[in-house]
Amino acid sequence: MADTASQMAPTTARDMTGPHGPKPRRALSGRNIMIYGTLIVVSIYYLLPLYVMIVTSLKGMPEIRMGNIFAPPMEITFEPWVKAWSEACTGLNCDGLSRGFWNSVRITVPSVIVSIAIASVNGYALANWKFKGADIFFTILIFGAFIPYQVMLYPIVILLREMGLYGSLTGLVIVHSIFGMPILTLLFRNYFTSLPEELFKAARVDGAGFWGIYFQIMLPMSLPIFVVAMILQVTGIWNDFLFGVVYTKPDLYPMTVQLNNIVNSVQGVKEYNVNMAATILTGLVPLIIYFVSGRLFVRGIAAGAVKG
Amino acid sequence: MATGKPIRLFRNLSSKIAAIPMILTVLFVFVGGTAWTVTYSFTSSKLLPKTKFVGLRQYERLWETERWLVSIENLMIYGLCSMVLSLLIGFILAALLDQKIRFENTFRSIMLYPFALSFIVTGLVWQWLLNPDFGIQKIINGLGFTSFEFNPLYNSDIVIYGVLIAGLWQGSGLVMVLMLAGLRGIDQDIWKASRVDGIPAWKTYLFIIIPMMRPVFITTLVLIASGIVKLYDLIVAQTGGGPGIASEVPAKYVYDYMFQGQNLGQGFAASTMMLLAVLIVIIPWAYLEFGGKKRG
Amino acid sequence: MTITTQSTGQPSVEVRDLVLKFGELTVLKNLNLDVYEGEFLVLLGSSGCGKSTLLNCIAGLLDVSGGQIFIKGNNVTWAEPSERGIGMVFQSYALYPQMTVEGNMSFGLKNQKLPKDEIAQRVARAAEILQIEPLMKRKPSALSGGQRQRVAIGRALVRDVDVFLFDEPLSNLDAKLRADLRVELKQLHQQLENTMIYVTHDQVEAMTLADRIAIMKDGLIQQLASPEEIYNRPANLYVADFIGSPSMNLIKGKLSGDTFDADGFAVSVAGYDFSRQPSSNEVWFGIRPEHVELGEGSGPHFEVTAEVVEPLGSDTLVMTRLGGERFWLRMDGQSRVTSGDKLTIGLPVHAVSLFDGRDETRL
Repeated sequence: MADTASQMAPTTARDMTGPHGPKPRRALSGRNIMIYGTLIVVSIYYLLPLYVMIVTSLKGMPEIRMGNIFAPPMEITFEPWVKAWSEACTGLNCDGLSRGFWNSVRITVPSVIVSIAIASVNGYALANWKFKGADIFFTILIFGAFIPYQVMLYPIVILLREMGLYGSLTGLVIVHSIFGMPILTLLFRNYFTSLPEELFKAARVDGAGFWGIYFQIMLPMSLPIFVVAMILQVTGIWNDFLFGVVYTKPDLYPMTVQLNNIVNSVQGVKEYNVNMAATILTGLVPLIIYFVSGRLFVRGIAAGAVKG
Repeated sequence: MATGKPIRLFRNLSSKIAAIPMILTVLFVFVGGTAWTVTYSFTSSKLLPKTKFVGLRQYERLWETERWLVSIENLMIYGLCSMVLSLLIGFILAALLDQKIRFENTFRSIMLYPFALSFIVTGLVWQWLLNPDFGIQKIINGLGFTSFEFNPLYNSDIVIYGVLIAGLWQGSGLVMVLMLAGLRGIDQDIWKASRVDGIPAWKTYLFIIIPMMRPVFITTLVLIASGIVKLYDLIVAQTGGGPGIASEVPAKYVYDYMFQGQNLGQGFAASTMMLLAVLIVIIPWAYLEFGGKKRG
Repeated sequence: MTITTQSTGQPSVEVRDLVLKFGELTVLKNLNLDVYEGEFLVLLGSSGCGKSTLLNCIAGLLDVSGGQIFIKGNNVTWAEPSERGIGMVFQSYALYPQMTVEGNMSFGLKNQKLPKDEIAQRVARAAEILQIEPLMKRKPSALSGGQRQRVAIGRALVRDVDVFLFDEPLSNLDAKLRADLRVELKQLHQQLENTMIYVTHDQVEAMTLADRIAIMKDGLIQQLASPEEIYNRPANLYVADFIGSPSMNLIKGKLSGDTFDADGFAVSVAGYDFSRQPSSNEVWFGIRPEHVELGEGSGPHFEVTAEVVEPLGSDTLVMTRLGGERFWLRMDGQSRVTSGDKLTIGLPVHAVSLFDGRDETRL
């Protein structure tokens, strides 16, 4: 299982090096019109929700009630954005999404650092310093990625409570590190395995030890995979809802949980423009990462697809 | 200089220390936690876990609960449709992108960006788009098709398809990327050979390329399937399980019973059923991959 | 350099009853080997024979399953690679890509915590020997294959060790460069007089570089001897077939008295220097293509027909048939032979090798 699982990522994460399909003949053939036509229609389907989110968030409520959700705003207003950020209410708290944003930052940054540090060293140990029994643990770890979280939710509540960390940010950081471990370890193990083994041997002959080789030889060669892991973890942890709602208290809720509470709150009049502004704000961090990182994101999610 | 054979435990010690978090996670969370939950699913735990064993009572109650049955039905419909449709859409889009087209990266970025968004964001956007008073239905009615009705979020019979649309929007780009990687992994000479033999492109795809991509399809299916079982955030954001209990799913059942209904036993039993469902998917797959490898 | 001067030297590397298992698979089976001080020993064999595994065990990069390894009289079986007094050069060069040439060469010395000026001194000396001084500030990616391998050798050189281990160091280079570096390696060995253990699958490298060659197969040493000995007196059928290109002509037949008898061809082997009696009358008759005499020479002679002619320029290979088997001859490059030509050949007994039909060892 360890090996089958490890082969999954390389096959799926293969770089996309140029098309392999049959060659087109003419630039403007019927076939091309069909292909581009289909792709454009499909693209509209994918882009429409983003467009509607943006235009809705820029309209006033009267305009939304009167008009068409697809119509561009007649009068652009940024008031919904301001309100979503600093005034929107969840329950009795009316300090807007900003609190959730900063909570998410405080959750994401340490979680990403801790989970990557643990998984990269672990993957390196599994790739280069195999000890007896390592493969058994690794196999179970990979299987663990497929266990529904729901099965492990409550035992972790107990473990965290015993450690006095239930409801704290530290507890949530631990949870994210645990559930990020299978995919990240797989990612790093595969990467370190793909590096030439002779390099590792040469370093051992040169007298470098476990940590010496990790920091002086492996780390400098592995920047791309660390970036991939970071993309994977930042988006994954930022987008998490379940762990946030289970393992933290309301004043520590991450942005996703707060967003859901704002939009789906049953009290008061629904302010669709504020809701959409809040939704965009929450999606902004992963979207920026997505558009900035481009190809690396594709590599990351192809590897991280294991996470399901 | 070491002369004798060193003690086994201390050999490669740094590596073992580095693996401690993994070992702890595996022992206490993945194995221990799962065993704990399965064990306590046979107890009558309510507000707090207790060790009063009641056999299969929790499971009997589970399968008598209307809400659980609806959850299972929803999951089946959602799961089946989303597997078939996302594979179909994903493959077709990948095949289209693989035609040496221009702006391939742009198209790919557009199809994949929803995957960067959380299920909460996805659910809320589609809740808004499918809003009967303002959304797609109203627009189409306004165009003159007054009898057009598409109101999944307020119609118990089709609410799960409303969720499906959102789910496909979010996840089909990923399938497309995996399929595209699979297509790119196929030897270019296959295409040359099939052109020399005069086989039409669609036939090449159907009879040569798709069978060659079997491993990619299987991996993708396993990924989709294990993701479907975890379906939770999307429902919470888009429908909240409503109208009524029409769009409930197992993962939500577990959460609600464990953390809100104060009926831990039901939550444990339901989550154990989810584990069982995943095992039914994973074990044949692992067996196929594993067994195939052993045979060489 | 001859074998007699070597065998009187001190053993530098001793391998005793070495066993290595990967799970169920036994890769090295009770292997024994002595390498003498200052000797250039080549481990030769096809892939999977265990030659690289043996080298990795000597280097300490693989944990052995049984047996012991001594370097300079010290038992290093469980010592770290860096504590063994070895330097190693790899097939893929294994240069640290993020470090300059200088950084690569000094990495091991820094790990030894040597004083800065000594490091600089040693690196400079190695660079001078290998003539890579102008490259010192470059990264490996800016070097050619041959330069990279020089740097890799330099990295082993600065360690100032007694034993150098080479794991197929020239395999990644093109033919011309390989020949050049081969000569340089030989010169380097003559200059430094270190013990060198060199793994390769290329018999030309083995023949040209080695003081002694150990031919390995299935985790065992088949023959350990000087290149001349291995070429002229192969210890068994495997070695006879492995060494030489094209390899030795081998014909199976029966030995009755002094006459070897195969399918439709009989030859006298009177005067053959038997080292032991065959276990049965089944024997293999072997002669190298280049040792077959043309024309009616001193010994028995036969008439054969050229079936395939392969002109190589320097010489010409001719395939004929003898005793029903393919039988190759090596002729002068200038000889004009075409397929169908009749040739008269002689098989001088002094060039013949006979092998036992059962255990396939030399008679």
